[in-house]
Amino acid sequence: MRFAIQINEGPYTHQASDTAYRFAKAALEKGHEIFRVFFYHDGVNNGTRYTVPPQDDRNLQKLWSELAESHKLDLVVCIAAAQRRGILDANEAKRQGKDGDNIAPGFRISGLGQLIEAGIESDRMVVFGD
Amino acid sequence: MTDENTKKKFLYLNRKAPFGTIYALESLEVVLIGAAFEQDVSLAFIDDGVFQLMNNQDATAAGMKNFSKIYRALGDYEVRKLYVEKESLDLRGLTVGDLMPVTYEDEDENYEEKPSIRVVDRAEMAKLIAGHDVILSF
Repeated sequence: MRFAIQINEGPYTHQASDTAYRFAKAALEKGHEIFRVFFYHDGVNNGTRYTVPPQDDRNLQKLWSELAESHKLDLVVCIAAAQRRGILDANEAKRQGKDGDNIAPGFRISGLGQLIEAGIESDRMVVFGD
Repeated sequence: MTDENTKKKFLYLNRKAPFGTIYALESLEVVLIGAAFEQDVSLAFIDDGVFQLMNNQDATAAGMKNFSKIYRALGDYEVRKLYVEKESLDLRGLTVGDLMPVTYEDEDENYEEKPSIRVVDRAEMAKLIAGHDVILSF
């Protein structure tokens, strides 16, 4: 089956991203396809490479980046939500006149159309949030 | 153009009050972008989500943007089905009379203005949710 995943909460305050990660990993291990993971609302905060959690805790950003690399996952951060919350890639940083970017490896910034497209192209849309 | 047969039924499930969190506003942003994809779109309002449709909202004192006018413009985006759960209204002491009038122009009937809001009970809401292909929950 082909899944689309939407994540609506940031890391650590909420468990939504952890649960979504475990769902994605389990689905891939069972041979399913993940068409796209779309990060919305505070979920965009999963996509900053500047998080430094304690050594004995999981590093969600890293887990997502690694899963993206090993399975060629499409991790999309909503641009409108990202701009509100200070998540920038190199292009956006330049365009907005900011002195740096913070997007994590394997993540890309794009529009809400990518969420709708994921809904159209997938058999199931699974939303993880509050 | 999207073929009628390949259209999917999208349901935006709004569960949160308009202020206090950003979910309602960012849900509307998806609805507006999604309208360009020519899918079959419905909105549902349950729990505190029913407050999103309250008439005469004024967010000035809270320093927030009053985005409630966007709901009234949804008809222009071909979004014509707004389902409100009756039990959620009842629990909050609200009636449909407390909600803003949201209408659309029916091009098949001489552009007559028709109400977009329909109050349904919990059992109907459950059926409605089950009958959709893509449910985006906010």
